[in-house]
Amino acid sequence: MILHSHRIPDWIARNTRVLDLGCGNGDLLAQLVKSHQIDALGLELDPKKIATCLDQGLSVIQQDLNSDLSNFNDQQFDTVIMTQTLQAVRRPDLVLSEMLRVGREAIVTFPNFAYIRNRMQLGLSGHMPVNPQLPNPWYDTPNIHLSTFHDFEELCRTISIKILGRDTSNLSGKQTWFGKVWPNLFGEVAVYRLTKES
Amino acid sequence: MTSSVGIVIPELIAFETALDLERGRSLPRYDLMVETYGTLDADKNNAVLVCHALSGDHHAAGYHDTESNKPGWWDHYIGPGKCIDTDLFFVVSLNNLGGCSGSTGPLSINPVTGKAYGPDFPEITILDWVHAQARLADHLGIEKFAAIVGGSLGGMQALQWSITYPDRLAAALIIAATPRLTAQNIAFNEVARQAIIRDPNFFDGNYADYDVIPASGVSLARMVGHITYLSDIAMGKKFGRSLPRDDHDANGVNFAVEQYLRYQGQQFSGHFDANTYILMTRALDYFDPTKNGLTTLPNVLKSTVCKFLILSFTTDWRFSPSRSEEIVDALIQADKQVSYTRLESAHGHDAFLIPDATYERIFKAFMNRIHLDLRGIQ
Repeated sequence: MILHSHRIPDWIARNTRVLDLGCGNGDLLAQLVKSHQIDALGLELDPKKIATCLDQGLSVIQQDLNSDLSNFNDQQFDTVIMTQTLQAVRRPDLVLSEMLRVGREAIVTFPNFAYIRNRMQLGLSGHMPVNPQLPNPWYDTPNIHLSTFHDFEELCRTISIKILGRDTSNLSGKQTWFGKVWPNLFGEVAVYRLTKES
Repeated sequence: MTSSVGIVIPELIAFETALDLERGRSLPRYDLMVETYGTLDADKNNAVLVCHALSGDHHAAGYHDTESNKPGWWDHYIGPGKCIDTDLFFVVSLNNLGGCSGSTGPLSINPVTGKAYGPDFPEITILDWVHAQARLADHLGIEKFAAIVGGSLGGMQALQWSITYPDRLAAALIIAATPRLTAQNIAFNEVARQAIIRDPNFFDGNYADYDVIPASGVSLARMVGHITYLSDIAMGKKFGRSLPRDDHDANGVNFAVEQYLRYQGQQFSGHFDANTYILMTRALDYFDPTKNGLTTLPNVLKSTVCKFLILSFTTDWRFSPSRSEEIVDALIQADKQVSYTRLESAHGHDAFLIPDATYERIFKAFMNRIHLDLRGIQ
């Protein structure tokens, strides 16, 4: 299980409305409800995870993230979060645009494909990387749109998304010194805080 | 999940104050047949109201006598340790107004004429049921329900409750329901009604005067209804194209599914009143919180304050998942606390009555959370 970046709570204001796309067991939302008294809603596909969310008293809707968010109003949420899922949706660009239609701000995390371990595996052994963060073989993986810090920032420029904050973390949610200085090479997980370019 | 609430004794509760009905008439007095399971807390905040569907009644859980091997219609979901845990909750289940299982309905005596109402029983709506249920709550000393729960037509009552008495429930659990019937839904109900009305023994609803019942019409109505409760897959699995078990059948039964439907129809027509069937299907047809498009569902739901759990079943084609999702989307638009799951099931509309591990897991998680919230536990 990949933990969430320690920066996410810093980017959430108290008593705000937060939507988590692909909220899993609801751990992040439950934590934010306790620490920030947020008004939380999760979207999740797996009924077993939905049940765990309900155990924690969270509201959660079964909904496929590949469909649009047309059932939500414009700017209905203060923050829309999506952790470690962007690389698994069919159209990351459209999902990002929808996130910033229904939310004032977005927080996105994804595996950095340019992380040194991935580069070594691909560059030296000549194989697609398989490691704790990307555990699946290429022919059977949900991660169909892998990208890097550079790629992501290029997309943001193209679709008029403003980057309010950037962070890196390793798999245990902590930032390393190398990751901070050279994120595209040493950042294992990319963490972004975004808003729509005004 | 095998424990039972045991033997239950229904109670007939009399209401002597007139009830003004939505469609204009009024009932001078009425009785409601009620069962309860579990214990009402001293602060009376652990009550759960269970609303029944088209052909249901007050007998939702347990057994009426030691001989009986047929438990209440939702026994799998109500009892000690079950989804609606009677160790935690005080469960109230009633036969709705206009019913034929003991509550005032077409079979009851009209105090004005001194004879049974029959077809003259006033038209009843879901809103009327909700008002009658609220008076029952008053009678039991329940100011606010911890939850109101129902499947199909029962879910529509829970939805109406959240709109009409927003402060009187903490949660609504709406299963396999719809915010309003489609033309196709109404069409099936109309075929059922016509089957009854065209039975020569119906006598415009005055069959009691002739000491007969329109059994063939009611039975046919039930057969049509039953088809809409099952899925193509469920029917295929259960019967396929197999021949009847008793292949000496002389009544022209060619396939097992025919035998099954006829049996269901006969059983039903033996105990369900024809006028009640017509009344209940009309209540279904007319249900529309948007008042025929006068307003929108998100608008109507704005005034609600309870938590919602909406559940649908993948093979339900009577009230398909997209009908439930209309309620979900309206609640999202209205910025309400709503959870939703579309459960995998092969059983069609009937799935809400049938044991299923994922369904039970989600149902129980929601109910247990209500219990914890009542006690202020995080």
